[in-house]
Amino acid sequence: MSLPSPSCLSQLAAASVGLLLMLAALGIFAARRPWGSRLIYAACMLVCSGLVIIALGALRTVGSGPEAIELAVGLPLGRTVLGFDPLSAAFAVIVNVATAIVSGYAIGYGAHTREPQRVVPFYPAFIAGMNLVLLAQDAFSFLVGWEFMSLASWALVVSEDASSDNRRAALIYLIIATGGALTLLLAFGLLAGPEGGYAFEQIRRAAASGVGPIVLILALVGAGSKAGLVPLHAWLPLAHPAAPSHVSALMSGVMTKVAVYGFVRIIFDLAGPPSWWWSVPVLLIAGITALLGVLYALMEHDLKRLLAYHTVENIGIIFIGLGLALAFEASGLGTAAALALMAAIFHVFNHSLFKSLLFLGSGAVLNATGQRDMEHLGGLIHRMPVTALAFLAGCIAISALPPFNGFVSEWLTFQAILMSPQLPHWVPRLLVPAIGATLACSAALAAACFVKAFGMTFLGRPRSDAAKTARETDRWSTSAMLTLAGLCLLAGILPGFVIDGLAPVTQMLVGAQLAPQSTQPWLRIVPIDPARSAYNGALVLVMILIAAATTAFVVRRFASHALRRSPAWDCGFPDASPATQYTAGSFAQPIRRVFGSVVFRAREHVTLPKPGDTSVARLRVDLHDTIWEALYLPVIRGVDAMADRLNRLQFLTIRTYLTLVFTALVLLLIIVGTWR
Amino acid sequence: MMREWLTQLGQAALVLGLAPLLSGVTRKIRARLLRRQGPSIVQPFRDLLKLIRKETVIAENASWLFRAAPYVVFGTTWVAAALVPTFATGLTLSASADLIVIVALLGTARFLLALAGLDVGTSFGGIGSSREMMFASLAEPAMLMAVFTLSLFAGSTELSSISAYMLGPHGGLSISLALALVALVIVSLGENARIPVDNPATHLELTMVHEAMILEYSGRHLAVIEAAASLKLLLYLSLIACVFIPWGTAPSTDGTLAYAIGLGAYAVKLAVLGFLLVVFETAIAKMRVFRVPEFLGVALMLGLLGTIMLFVSRISR
Repeated sequence: MSLPSPSCLSQLAAASVGLLLMLAALGIFAARRPWGSRLIYAACMLVCSGLVIIALGALRTVGSGPEAIELAVGLPLGRTVLGFDPLSAAFAVIVNVATAIVSGYAIGYGAHTREPQRVVPFYPAFIAGMNLVLLAQDAFSFLVGWEFMSLASWALVVSEDASSDNRRAALIYLIIATGGALTLLLAFGLLAGPEGGYAFEQIRRAAASGVGPIVLILALVGAGSKAGLVPLHAWLPLAHPAAPSHVSALMSGVMTKVAVYGFVRIIFDLAGPPSWWWSVPVLLIAGITALLGVLYALMEHDLKRLLAYHTVENIGIIFIGLGLALAFEASGLGTAAALALMAAIFHVFNHSLFKSLLFLGSGAVLNATGQRDMEHLGGLIHRMPVTALAFLAGCIAISALPPFNGFVSEWLTFQAILMSPQLPHWVPRLLVPAIGATLACSAALAAACFVKAFGMTFLGRPRSDAAKTARETDRWSTSAMLTLAGLCLLAGILPGFVIDGLAPVTQMLVGAQLAPQSTQPWLRIVPIDPARSAYNGALVLVMILIAAATTAFVVRRFASHALRRSPAWDCGFPDASPATQYTAGSFAQPIRRVFGSVVFRAREHVTLPKPGDTSVARLRVDLHDTIWEALYLPVIRGVDAMADRLNRLQFLTIRTYLTLVFTALVLLLIIVGTWR
Repeated sequence: MMREWLTQLGQAALVLGLAPLLSGVTRKIRARLLRRQGPSIVQPFRDLLKLIRKETVIAENASWLFRAAPYVVFGTTWVAAALVPTFATGLTLSASADLIVIVALLGTARFLLALAGLDVGTSFGGIGSSREMMFASLAEPAMLMAVFTLSLFAGSTELSSISAYMLGPHGGLSISLALALVALVIVSLGENARIPVDNPATHLELTMVHEAMILEYSGRHLAVIEAAASLKLLLYLSLIACVFIPWGTAPSTDGTLAYAIGLGAYAVKLAVLGFLLVVFETAIAKMRVFRVPEFLGVALMLGLLGTIMLFVSRISR
């Protein structure tokens, strides 16, 4: 079968982005009609499915460099070059698979939006922006797409602006997004050098020397702030939950991946050969991000914010893989670099699936109960069985437990860590084991976090009337969630195909790839050497199923079949009130006590009435967001103080203004004069 | 090929039969050490039989997860236990699931059990789940660090290879290995709800963890969970035996005699380890629950130290 040429695919992809923009314009009118929003979401789903196929084709066909198309339109300083190379094609597949399924969910879920005209037009624009970033083969289109993505998602965050929390979230998001875009602009400016060739092809050829370290910092700030690296994550847990749930799914599950793409594009592709120490800041930040992200998530009782904080953790895991890849690449260890990069990109794929799934599940819960706070949920497994099943699959996958997909990427990361004694330099060699421990710790904490998330939301007894009367969500939503859950399982049991699909990316970026996996016997994956390590997800699943089924069969055959329902035993003190259950707060209490007393300066204040006194005993917990207080509050206070001081300048006489303008002019002239 | 499958299946059956026996033996030794007569060593089998013949009572609001969890927990634990070489290396499935997978499989079992503890919505179930996950948040990384040490030492994460390496000419004493052993022992105590972390013999005590989680279970469900718990103990002891006392384990190439020796050696190793476990348990008091994180933290730090020392001391293969 002959495949279409890459440039043809690029044209199709560019046309799809155009189509999405047209859908955005159409959305303005369609949102007012009852069926309009459904139509737009359905169209988005179709276009994204098309983009998946196009990107898959591109991933198959573009072997070497990108074969791009140039558009006649463009900015005066450079050409607009759009096209696919393996990296962008792989990310385009990842982004559009999740986006297509989320759009399918939105066909059902979008009907519940209170003000569809504030969501529907921006939704296709948001998707178009993300795809434009991926398609861009020059810095200008990249940044245009990036800003499109930021602003469209900002508009979606403020779409429910009734609550002051959402408005605050949107403001913080806007500020950090602007700062991030600015640093990326500077990074591209440095990379382009004085001649200013802004096409990626030119940047690659010019390979500006000496700017690497600054570009690394700028990329870490610019792409890292969008992805949610600590300490620039502060906007993320505020903004992601503020949007409607299907948009939250896109922002957390997909947009952060575009940010990772930005980082990979700049550092691995454009910034030239890395030096070994680049990995050190990346690994350090990534390790801190992974651990802090999950601890924050554990302290959170709002389901959507918990998920958003958990995105921070996963970004940390992805960046651990990227940092390892940098270290290996700089030391000339090609296969190890390919393994680490594969682990990172596999995790990008996995996270786009399960985080979207979990946000969609939280949307279904929010829709059914009107509650995001887990302290008011519970028992939903009886009322919403399908959502519960899909959400459970997502929870197991995100906790990196076999046989789901989260485990595979984590396993690959561990394998990469075990390769790192080969590193020639001492600093990364000492750092990597500590990062490995951090990763292991955050994986175990993630399991605790999702036992809490699932247990408090879906298990136990309903903690509010809304949870008691919840109804299962619509068919579109449930089928979208089940599809994502199925993909999580599939990627977990057939990881070889994913690895082979992503192999061109590592070939392009680090010049090496893992051995073909899908030809391995019995569907297993062997990253380096079968004597070293191998994993067979399908077989593990089959073994668990056989073992569990055998047990169930044997027990059914020989055991008493008598089964009686009765009130809960609870050590002989069953209490009818659901308030006596463990709550989200109490579930997290041991972990808060172990880890939180340092990280969050958590303090518990217990007010116990005297014996005989019948007043209520109280337990108050103080948590401090250390990073917010140490880094953001001083800046905010500084800006406030400055604003107060400068406020006086608003009320001067015209003479004073003229004097000020004149002085400023003279000063500037003097500076310019002496500079030359 | 055929032979490896037979070894694998034999192993899966062996661990199943041996696990309750191990519990029985440890209980008996413990009773003797406390100057009690103690129940017969086959008592755990009798208990299991009794349990599955009894009527199962479940709470009114228990969901399907509550009823399915025991079987999945048992299934995953059984698979994990069948992956640890006991009397012979060269298991077929060993090449499909390495030591990290074994740790993660136990994680899956724990995850489901913790959810089952929350399902009925009682305070005891919650307290158990919450504490179990808190312990696991330190025990699992500690275990992984010990795994890292072993893998770096042997140049493989596969358990059969590690065991074979330890048996071979390169295996030997190393400080890193000693640290990994201590870490592994501490994790085993924690993960199997043994003293000083938890008390396997208690049923009504506010500090209990594992027993609180499964408090609502009865009848056949409880039997399956109890069997899974004894399998887990067997798994940890087999793991320590397979890596740190590898002598006698039959390599995949040898004949029937080697297998017989392997079986005998395995029985002796289990008996010795079980005895040591019980002696340790009787000699020490149970900790307060918030002492446990420090105890497990020690394991994590030892494991990390072992790994770092290997990173520093050699270019691994």
